[in-house]
Amino acid sequence: MNALRRNVLKGAAGAGTVAIAVAAGLLKPTQAMAAWNKAAFEAKNVGDAMKGLGVAGPADSKEIAIKAPDIAENGSVVPVEVTSSIAGTTSIAILAEKNGTPLVGTYNLSGGAEGYISTRIKMGQTSLVRAVVNAGGKSYTAAKEVKVTIGGCGG
Amino acid sequence: MAEPMRIRATMAGDVADVKVLMNHPMETGLRKDAKTGQLVPAHFIQDVTATINGATVLNADFGTGISKNPYLGFKVKGPKKGDKVVVNWVDNKGDKNSAEATIG
Repeated sequence: MNALRRNVLKGAAGAGTVAIAVAAGLLKPTQAMAAWNKAAFEAKNVGDAMKGLGVAGPADSKEIAIKAPDIAENGSVVPVEVTSSIAGTTSIAILAEKNGTPLVGTYNLSGGAEGYISTRIKMGQTSLVRAVVNAGGKSYTAAKEVKVTIGGCGG
Repeated sequence: MAEPMRIRATMAGDVADVKVLMNHPMETGLRKDAKTGQLVPAHFIQDVTATINGATVLNADFGTGISKNPYLGFKVKGPKKGDKVVVNWVDNKGDKNSAEATIG
């Protein structure tokens, strides 16, 4: 709880405040539709990205399934599907752990949307692809390794 | 300026399966132009919103790690055939695009 409070305080001067407050469940998502979570998306490592998302110590969950290739020949287009069977899933975040900026996308679900997201991501190198799911005010996570033969960042 | 976006939405039981294909270069800001050697400025979609019959079902934020011409698939429980799906995106330069489709 202390760490959470610290995040909110730290962000107080910047544009990230609203997004962090949302992630922390302090505000309703509708109040922050337009706020792009700069702090989380520009974070250079997984820890900072999680901090930016307001996630602390997510629990490993077998109810999150990540479908991605074991080996991706082309890192610039890696298909990733995340399915969360956790009841009350409200958001899914996807991270490619060894990318320069690990956070790839965040998805807030509402109005009957199921815990499922399908997308295509860029990966700079072989790395874990991690999904972080928020459900009922708690965070859960799962990861799957994807081997990349040709990187898709820069180049 | 923005090019068309394609949406396909179909019902499978009581769940609508929505697939969206956006047209966007998704530049990370780290790639160099092969001819000039200059960095190509970052240009990527930041915010995507999807609504069904006016109610928001998905609000996604993208980083630079989303592939060029982003594909997005999601599922929504409850809608009926004929309901209207609208998808909007805004990129980091303020360009916008919107498309709609009818669930079939």
